[in-house]
Amino acid sequence: MRFRTVTSPHILGETSVGRIMRRVLYAMVPGIAALVWFFGWGVLVNLSLASGIALLAEAAILAVRNKPLALYLNDYSAVVTAWLLAVALPPLAPWWLTVIGVLAAIVVAKHLYGGLGYNPFNPAMIGYVVLLISFPREMSTWPIPHGIDQAHAMTLWETLQAVFSGVQPARFAPDALTGATPLDVLRTQLGLGLTVTEVRNSPVFGIVAGSGWEWAALGFLAGGLWLVYTKAAAWQIPAGMLGTLAVISTIFYGIDPQRYAPPWFHLWSGAAIFGAFFIATDPVTASTTPRGRLIYGAGIGLLVYLIRGFGGYPDGVAFAVLLMNIAAPTIDLYTRPRVFGAHRE
Amino acid sequence: MSQSYREILKNGVWTQNTGFVALLGLCPLLATSNSVVNGLGLGLATTLVLLLSNVAISLIRNLVRPEVRIPVFVMVIACVVTAVELAMHAFLPGLYTVLGIFIPLIVTNCCVIGRAEAFAFKNGVAKSAVDGMATGLGFTLALVLLGALREILGQGTLFGQAELLFGEAGRGLTLHVLDDYRGFLLAILPPGAFIGLGCLIAIKNVLDAHAKRRAAAKPAVALQEVQA
Repeated sequence: MRFRTVTSPHILGETSVGRIMRRVLYAMVPGIAALVWFFGWGVLVNLSLASGIALLAEAAILAVRNKPLALYLNDYSAVVTAWLLAVALPPLAPWWLTVIGVLAAIVVAKHLYGGLGYNPFNPAMIGYVVLLISFPREMSTWPIPHGIDQAHAMTLWETLQAVFSGVQPARFAPDALTGATPLDVLRTQLGLGLTVTEVRNSPVFGIVAGSGWEWAALGFLAGGLWLVYTKAAAWQIPAGMLGTLAVISTIFYGIDPQRYAPPWFHLWSGAAIFGAFFIATDPVTASTTPRGRLIYGAGIGLLVYLIRGFGGYPDGVAFAVLLMNIAAPTIDLYTRPRVFGAHRE
Repeated sequence: MSQSYREILKNGVWTQNTGFVALLGLCPLLATSNSVVNGLGLGLATTLVLLLSNVAISLIRNLVRPEVRIPVFVMVIACVVTAVELAMHAFLPGLYTVLGIFIPLIVTNCCVIGRAEAFAFKNGVAKSAVDGMATGLGFTLALVLLGALREILGQGTLFGQAELLFGEAGRGLTLHVLDDYRGFLLAILPPGAFIGLGCLIAIKNVLDAHAKRRAAAKPAVALQEVQA
């Protein structure tokens, strides 16, 4: 009788790409729920459209590359990319915007560089930046946050019409539905010479940061902490990023509280929390050593503050993540942990 | 060593294409390929410079000591580029304004001095002229293809602003390929040039690999026919 010889390890851990990716999806649910509540059905339309297109694109390009379809389609990585991108898109974005973004993410940023595990840049953020650079008008019109139950929110049918045929329901005035985001308002108003206190009186602001946005950030924080707790995401990256962002914004707030927004506003606004826990922690494109992850996170936090405060865009998480993606291999090279037993240099 | 005219042409335009294979002169290639007309204008200007500088250097190749050849090349090329620049300023002022700094910068295009060193200094006048022409046409091909790709994606037109190159008669040449197109800004911006060039190089490699496979399959077919 012949026994099958199996090399070690004989006991396998539970982690696999699919398992980690599914966890990321679960962790996004609370934040997405908050987004749906405040911004309407468009968030869900974007999510489903992006997931569908992402799976189709992934299947098509896997077939072209002669790779096993079932293995790669079941690892959920395409769906995670699609969700990360869809959450970052304006909820009433026209359908072609989502399609172009997903194709840029899956086909160009992921598969042209060799597929999962080989891409140097975060695919979802490439998709987002391609759209942000190419279609600035469509990308900067976000719905005004309402509760989904209120009379002046769009129904699912009206949302579908707006997304797929561009027809805005006639019962709303054109500017009753969409407006600038809180970070956008802050940026333009500060540019006009108003003080932070005056800007804060605008109705787009809530208790801590943007109204509606702060609850989504809370949801993503809860999901993100769970990801860190289950070790699906490294704690160093969000800690480094949010810590740096907090320290720098505190310094500037201390210098002149009327010219620079308070640290809690920066932490709870835009994509800071979402980016720190879900985007920057992408295991493929982030730094991989413990010290390197802190530096990588800190770099993102610094760049986010610089772009928000002094750059050309209201939020800078996507650009910051992509810039630090370029730096990640070098950071890894200089922060390699000492091999156990080896001499200190 | 000695190449036939046919080989020189094929090398310049396709096999050793400056833009797609040698990757020389990338700066003008990426910067001025945002429309077909800009690409064609700079490509033809570069072709003229290559032709004239190759002929001039081939003529003086036996008079120049090899030790000082590089400074001599540089001076010849600089003279030719200045002449071409002045001519364009005089006859194509619109295109001259659009291309701006990239016309005098032809002087720094590595493929010009590259052809002088690698070909014109070692070959006769006629062959050097053909080589300069072929290399320039290859560069123009790269510029026009990339320009067409970026112009269609970015603006939905082809031969936009053709009047800059062909005068008023060229105005009718502009094709609106995609009507009512919103424009894909990325294709016009610098990243679009890099992505587009990458895609074109990939397509060229696929075509070459395909041609190679077909060439390899051919003798076998011929053999079967003989056996039959």
